[in-house]
Amino acid sequence: MKKGGRKFSALVVDDDQVIRNFEEKLLARFELETKVVKNGEEALKLFREGYTFDVVVMDMEMPVKNGPEWYGGTCRPLVQATRALRAMGVDCMIVGVTSRGDGPEKAELEAAGLNCCWEKPLNDKIVRTILDELAKKSS
Amino acid sequence: MLGLSLDQLRTDMNRLLAILFHQGVLDEQFLQLQQLQDESSPNFVSEVVNIYFHESEKLLRNLRALLYLPISLSLLLYLINEVKMSDVLCRVDRELCDYKKMEIQLNQLMGSSSSIGAQRLRNVCIAFRAASNHNNRPGCLRALELLEYEYCYLKNKLHELFQIEQQRMLAAAVRYPAPHQHLNNPQA
Repeated sequence: MKKGGRKFSALVVDDDQVIRNFEEKLLARFELETKVVKNGEEALKLFREGYTFDVVVMDMEMPVKNGPEWYGGTCRPLVQATRALRAMGVDCMIVGVTSRGDGPEKAELEAAGLNCCWEKPLNDKIVRTILDELAKKSS
Repeated sequence: MLGLSLDQLRTDMNRLLAILFHQGVLDEQFLQLQQLQDESSPNFVSEVVNIYFHESEKLLRNLRALLYLPISLSLLLYLINEVKMSDVLCRVDRELCDYKKMEIQLNQLMGSSSSIGAQRLRNVCIAFRAASNHNNRPGCLRALELLEYEYCYLKNKLHELFQIEQQRMLAAAVRYPAPHQHLNNPQA
């Protein structure tokens, strides 16, 4: 819960419906008001429409079409989406969730403005850590 | 009689779950999923798992096509004398399999499998991805076969679990009817 009694809000960005359903329910269990979208483009669209969130939880390996080339298998879509969000002035927490372990992309992601990343699946311990960070930020 | 049935069903469910945990088919993430089921979403687990099965079947078909389609095309070329058989085998193993696309399917399957607690399936995906990273088609083929086996086993066992859960809910409803039924039929 935020200072002043308002709930924290979260945006889940994942191309997989199983994960979207699961993460939405998990975050709602911790009283975060949660929206879900399928990719970085939809996430950017929400921010351009004026939506704000306290935390964005983003899949690190979403394949996003950009012309004829697929970026699948790398975190490039997440890097692009994070850079675009930060360039728009979005300063909320952005966390990545990955199917891989610690990879060489981590430094690139942190440089792009990602706050941290965790290995899938999201669970209650990770959500509590996120909430602790949000509580420190809002105090 | 009904009471015994409810208890027996609960025992059957717990026994099946214990077996699946012991075998490593499921991990604690499945418990996390169960904990999210509540009155507002009483079928949350079965709904999410059924979406998982639907999506996984697509991913497995894609993986099969990515591994087997190149050999079909290469054989066709061989048959019309465009390439030698040795070239066919070489090209299939090294060039024609789209390992990048395979990695996309695998990442998705790994992510969704880990989200529902399908531990053994996830572990096979890891091995599959390692083979794919080395452009190792025979390794990928073996991993795909194992993946399909694990998937079938998981699907059968979870369907069994959901059937017992449904029977348990029906038995509970018969044993503990909703309050309005008493008001309409005082003799019940």
